[in-house]
Amino acid sequence: MAKWIKIAGGVVVLAAIGAGGWAYSALNTSRSSVADDSVTLAKFTSSDAEAIKRGEYVMRMGDCAACHTREDGDFAGGYEIATPFGTLVSSNITPDTDTGIGNMTEKDFFNAVRQGIGSHGMLYPAMPYTAYAKFTDQDMHDLWAYMSTVKPVKHDVDENGGMSFPFNIRLAMAGWDMLFFKNEGFTPDSSQSEAWNRGKYIVDGGGHCSACHSPRNFLSAEKESAYLQGGSLGDWYAPDLTSNPHVGLGNTSAEDIASYLTTGSDGVAVAAGPMAEAVEHSLQYLTTDDAMAVATYLKSIPASATKPGTAPKMSDSETARLADVYEVNCSACHGLNGEGISGMVPAFAGNHGLLGDDATNLVHAMLKGARAAHTHTAQTAAGMPSFAWKMDDKDIAEILTYVRNSWGNSAAPVSADQVGAMRAALDARDQIKVAD
Amino acid sequence: METRPKADVVICGFGWAGSTMAEELTRAGLNVVAIERGKWRDTSTDFPPAVDPDELKWHTRRNMLQPMSVETTTFRNNTGQTAAPVRNWSAYQFGWDVGGAGTHWAGMSWRFTPWDFQVATQTKERYGAGRLNELDLDFVQDWGVTYDEMETYYDRFERIAGTSGKAGNLNGQKIKGGNVFEGARKREYPTPPLKDTYWMSKYRKTVEDMGYHPFTIPAGNLSQSYVNTLGVTMGPCTYCGFCDFHGCGNFSKSSPQACILPALMRRKNFTLLTETEVLHGVKSEDGKTLTGVNCITADGTEVFQPADVVCFTAYQMDNVRLMLLSKVGTPYDPSTGEGTIGRNYNYQTCASMTGFFDDSHMNPFIGAGALGVQIDDFNGDNFDHAGLDFIGGGGIMGYSTDGRPIAHMNSLRGGAKRWGSEWKKAYARDYSTAGNIFVQGTSMPTRGNYLSLDPNYKDRHGQPLLRVTFDWAENDKKMTNWVTDKAKEIMVNAGGKDINLERQTDQSWNPYSQDSSHTIGGAVIGADPTRSALNPYLQSWDCPNLFVVGASAFPNNGGYNPTVTVGALAIRAAEAIHTEYMKNPGALVKA
Repeated sequence: MAKWIKIAGGVVVLAAIGAGGWAYSALNTSRSSVADDSVTLAKFTSSDAEAIKRGEYVMRMGDCAACHTREDGDFAGGYEIATPFGTLVSSNITPDTDTGIGNMTEKDFFNAVRQGIGSHGMLYPAMPYTAYAKFTDQDMHDLWAYMSTVKPVKHDVDENGGMSFPFNIRLAMAGWDMLFFKNEGFTPDSSQSEAWNRGKYIVDGGGHCSACHSPRNFLSAEKESAYLQGGSLGDWYAPDLTSNPHVGLGNTSAEDIASYLTTGSDGVAVAAGPMAEAVEHSLQYLTTDDAMAVATYLKSIPASATKPGTAPKMSDSETARLADVYEVNCSACHGLNGEGISGMVPAFAGNHGLLGDDATNLVHAMLKGARAAHTHTAQTAAGMPSFAWKMDDKDIAEILTYVRNSWGNSAAPVSADQVGAMRAALDARDQIKVAD
Repeated sequence: METRPKADVVICGFGWAGSTMAEELTRAGLNVVAIERGKWRDTSTDFPPAVDPDELKWHTRRNMLQPMSVETTTFRNNTGQTAAPVRNWSAYQFGWDVGGAGTHWAGMSWRFTPWDFQVATQTKERYGAGRLNELDLDFVQDWGVTYDEMETYYDRFERIAGTSGKAGNLNGQKIKGGNVFEGARKREYPTPPLKDTYWMSKYRKTVEDMGYHPFTIPAGNLSQSYVNTLGVTMGPCTYCGFCDFHGCGNFSKSSPQACILPALMRRKNFTLLTETEVLHGVKSEDGKTLTGVNCITADGTEVFQPADVVCFTAYQMDNVRLMLLSKVGTPYDPSTGEGTIGRNYNYQTCASMTGFFDDSHMNPFIGAGALGVQIDDFNGDNFDHAGLDFIGGGGIMGYSTDGRPIAHMNSLRGGAKRWGSEWKKAYARDYSTAGNIFVQGTSMPTRGNYLSLDPNYKDRHGQPLLRVTFDWAENDKKMTNWVTDKAKEIMVNAGGKDINLERQTDQSWNPYSQDSSHTIGGAVIGADPTRSALNPYLQSWDCPNLFVVGASAFPNNGGYNPTVTVGALAIRAAEAIHTEYMKNPGALVKA
């Protein structure tokens, strides 16, 4: 969500461009004509149990609840997204007529989900309609059926009331859409297997993987040339998902990727931060076939050009000293040989997601701690404690450099400055003061 | 007074008993509210590896225990004395946190033996119908449930806790290296036994040479990582030796946090209220059942929690106190021997000794809360008592449970200076040369030992404190004298010198000089409602929607730590609630 900060920055310029004249495919709603435009959600109750069940699955795949469910009730909105320009709040999407989407017809719903055209203006691209555009008509019909079973909740949300001028002008999004939004559905590639196509549909559609895992250009739109090669979320980093053997999934089997998606771990890495949330709320619900389809597709993405980072030169005595620091502070859970605890505590040895030049996730975990996902099959959700109180910036940089360059790993060093900047950004506490 | 939404079951006290029951009951679909007076505690935020070995915080200052300034008990040795409040850290170790004592326990994970459940019947069978009366042990009684009936629940609990050990009796087949005296188990332990320290291997060889049957103590400190029956993963023990009084930073010690809460806390039919203290149960108009419990939050708000079933799952003493404060059943009266609430209160009969082995390196900083080698050749009824003037016995263990540097300053050879450079020299000499043996014995109930409400002292809420009236049973003094002599022979044979021997029965009992926190009884199970507060499903004879679960249910104490038996009884009680009671509310056993 932190990317939204940058998106907003570009919007001012684009709004001006957009005002010139627009005959834009982005706003062409003909795709929605397959949907009913007569019955509102408040008056509709699907009786098709199979469609409702499939729709719930689409909801899980799209991870709607992650943003639209907070303490005010299922799908009642209220999730705050902080930006330097103000606060965005996720909307109430229950069938309530006053405060929710009860007055939307199925066609309105299609327009909102697939094109970001809401009932009271353009949606902000914090709502991933750029990816949901790929949803098939069938999935949309099913999702509509599912939404008709949601309990109406009266919860008034002023989505952009907390945004300051001019970012509170929804029309501004039309300009951004014109440049970056592709108003087109998913086109299968007949030269690929059914699993591959299903995988690509999930990755680019409901799964909206590239929203985090692709880098962004200067106007905060995804760089297609670096598709799924890793992206910064500010205080977290979404790693390279290409077949790169050093920092991507090149050494991970499709079965292990599927296991990671549904349990939060492939036996080596363990999801934390926003990925743990994605696993917990969404990916664990994927069927085995769908999880394998995603893995099949990801394995087909050509390796990025990223080379292993250049390991720093460390003297034997320095290595020995850091080995002691590791043994005292890390080994109890991560193992004497960086082997971790399968399915529970990440290994360092051979954990390629931790070896990219961007060590944000490691620094974040050291400063603020982290927690694994809780899933139906992997219940532990073990926690990583914060070391902010115990280690200064240099200590943290050194031990991270050590784990990134031990047990066969090779990666660029982590700098104390980087840790310091992140300590400030995350508002992590300072090292405890000990009297001399 | 605030009234909360009604629950199917309210659990009062959230340690092993409470969390085990909540898991079983919510899995069966019941709506459960648990109430815990302590704070939320979690591995990575409260006692991660960098915080867990803080001996000053957790052991010396007992940061996870209920302070005496908040609440205490009063104590006297007999009815001729006036009880006074216990005002300092003592034998009683009440949990003060989510997880209860299950968070700060050591991890010794024993099953009781078949004999422990049927001391009365088996003593009469083996030594004659009049034997108990001759030994002044008329209060000894069976539990109303046998080991064989408990086996499946022991197994279930061990599979949740991940217990490390080696079977010595698999379906009746005795296996060398395991405890050949244990009751038959249907399958092997979930994880293999822990490794020997140097002292353990010396002890093991010594007792083997003496013809005994050593085995590694079953441990809740896991020898390897393990995925339990709830899908929760535990980590391997690192032998850091900071277990009892401490949490476990690396998910290796069986505890509600490590084993149950990750699964339980996510269930939508489970609610946990922390920092909320149950005051007492509330009786229905006809006085025959409880309608729920009254409790008080940290900010002083009084809350009524209604429920169809009430479970007291607090510390053993608090369970009895809650029954008395709720006015369920008849308080025990030692002058008449009648009444059941407070009856059969008991402690555990222990002795310990340290021997010193010059020029050896025991390296006690390698340890685990349940790390030790034991022989059960003199425990329970594993040896012939014909010709002896007692029943029962004790386990004799050579242990490596901790190397706490502060606590060990106090275990020096006799004659060592207690301060200055000579003390430092003595400490340096003795820290790594000491070998320790512990004798953990059975304890039999007597007419004079019981629990009641104190007539003089009240807690901060104005409710009477619990009064403990206790001194050693004559039978148990004779038992421990005899078994401790056997233990001393082992220490001498192992080569220990300058032996410090502490036999706790040498003085009248007082709470400040004890080596065990295993208080039991006071609300015991049994087949006879005139001699027990609860039926064998831990259901009150007097109030069928009240279940009282904990070591308070033990009519006598085994020569073992109580936790696994508490857990097994909790699962059995919870199963009875959701399979029988909820379908047909009322007494599960006809009186």
